[in-house]
Amino acid sequence: MIETHDVYYTYPNGFEALKGVSLAIETGEFVAIMGENGAGKTTLIKHFNGLMKPTRGSVVVDGRDTKKVTVATLSRDVGLVFQNPDHQLFSETVEDEIAFGLRNFGFDDKTIERRVDWALNLLNISQYRTTSPFILSGGERKRVALSSVLSWDPKIVVLDEPTIGQDYLQKERLRQFIMQLNTQGKTVVIVTHDVEFVADCKPRVVLMSKGRLLADGSSEKILTDDKLLEEASIIPPQVAQLFWQLKFNNAGREIIDVYEAAEILAREIRERMN
Amino acid sequence: MKSLDGLRFRKRKTPIHRLDPRVKFLLICAIFALSIIFVDLMSITIIFLALVPLVLLAQVQGEWLRSLRASALLAAFIFVLNLIFVSDLYYALAMAFRFLVIVSSFSIFFLTTSPDDLGLALEQSHFPYEFSFAFTTAIRFVPELAKEAQIIVDAQRSRGLELEGGNILKRIRNYIPILIPLIVSAIRRSMELAEAMESRCFGAVKMRTSLHALKIRSMDYLVILMIVLVLAGSIYIRFYIHLL
Repeated sequence: MIETHDVYYTYPNGFEALKGVSLAIETGEFVAIMGENGAGKTTLIKHFNGLMKPTRGSVVVDGRDTKKVTVATLSRDVGLVFQNPDHQLFSETVEDEIAFGLRNFGFDDKTIERRVDWALNLLNISQYRTTSPFILSGGERKRVALSSVLSWDPKIVVLDEPTIGQDYLQKERLRQFIMQLNTQGKTVVIVTHDVEFVADCKPRVVLMSKGRLLADGSSEKILTDDKLLEEASIIPPQVAQLFWQLKFNNAGREIIDVYEAAEILAREIRERMN
Repeated sequence: MKSLDGLRFRKRKTPIHRLDPRVKFLLICAIFALSIIFVDLMSITIIFLALVPLVLLAQVQGEWLRSLRASALLAAFIFVLNLIFVSDLYYALAMAFRFLVIVSSFSIFFLTTSPDDLGLALEQSHFPYEFSFAFTTAIRFVPELAKEAQIIVDAQRSRGLELEGGNILKRIRNYIPILIPLIVSAIRRSMELAEAMESRCFGAVKMRTSLHALKIRSMDYLVILMIVLVLAGSIYIRFYIHLL
């Protein structure tokens, strides 16, 4: 469980990125943090594993104040995957890359071997085991970075912009994968601009703007609230836009899911034809 | 990375900032030359003290002090080394001070000269444009590189990397996961920059015209005159009068 209590963060250059953020993420929850560029999303998640310490307020992860434990200790439980894989890949082979975190956390050789196999399989990159991560494509590099964090099986997984640079098929795989992690009881937090991806996953949505929390609730509720979305510079999902245009006020104000929308539309059409 | 702040340009409107970069460079070279000509503690102290009004005039005292602090360790090292091998306290002090004078003069120059002016000065001094472009680009990328290094440190710490602790060999090894991504991304960026430049016809014309041209003004002439007088006077005192 992650709790932030009235967190303020000011960068050394004087920019105030967080202005009183209070948030609680329960164990096993799936949360998407959304908001415009510079809203403070990345700054916020860097507080979750102690990379950043609040200037004012406190962040508590599973009962531990992040100011009192090391980043390494927290990272064992909070796996943070950065947006750009090029900021972390450095090894000669993909398997070494994945083993890096495991070695840092002091796993023994046998366990490392087993975990590397498992993580390679998990993201479908076993065929690149002995390839240099630098010659892989952008999307593949991103999956290597992801598996290099999942390898030590952290309880909380935090992903910064996981869908960037992924084609539709990979995105769909990623979605199923995240859902699977979540059903296994892991807490999953994603930071994203990808509205359609969120509409497909339907997590709890935390909306941020200018360093503050703007809204917090189910994705159905938030992604169909045009005023809120405008304030956070987010385009509503296409299904929601379609329903507004059709003026389905009573039936579909809070529909973001394609399948649900199709059902409602089919029913409507059938009724009108009869 | 913080110590580089002592060299980063700040935009301000002071007489020092307005000085032509070429003249300013001449000034720095003159200070440099003076600190080499003289070897005794008193003269070097005078040169050092003469820099203070310059710093105050340019309003860069904070940054200047920071660059002094960053070079204090090296200055101490020079002092101890000279004390051991020459065993003359005054001489050792003078050498440490000389180092600080040189650091200060460079610090003042870079703090008060914008990279654009620097590039322009190189161009108008008939350096090839490729050279001045490479130079200004290098300077401009330093803060970018520092920012990127911070992100990489964060990313690797999130994977359990601990930078502190361990013996010296382990400490050096700890920086490999930081340096490799940094170097790879710098190379990748320079390739992209080259492509972007080529797609905008870099080097298509030999003669470039710039919107702003540097002009030597009366103030600059005055400074040049002062530099020449002080230099000539100092050389005279040092080599012909043997006053010091």
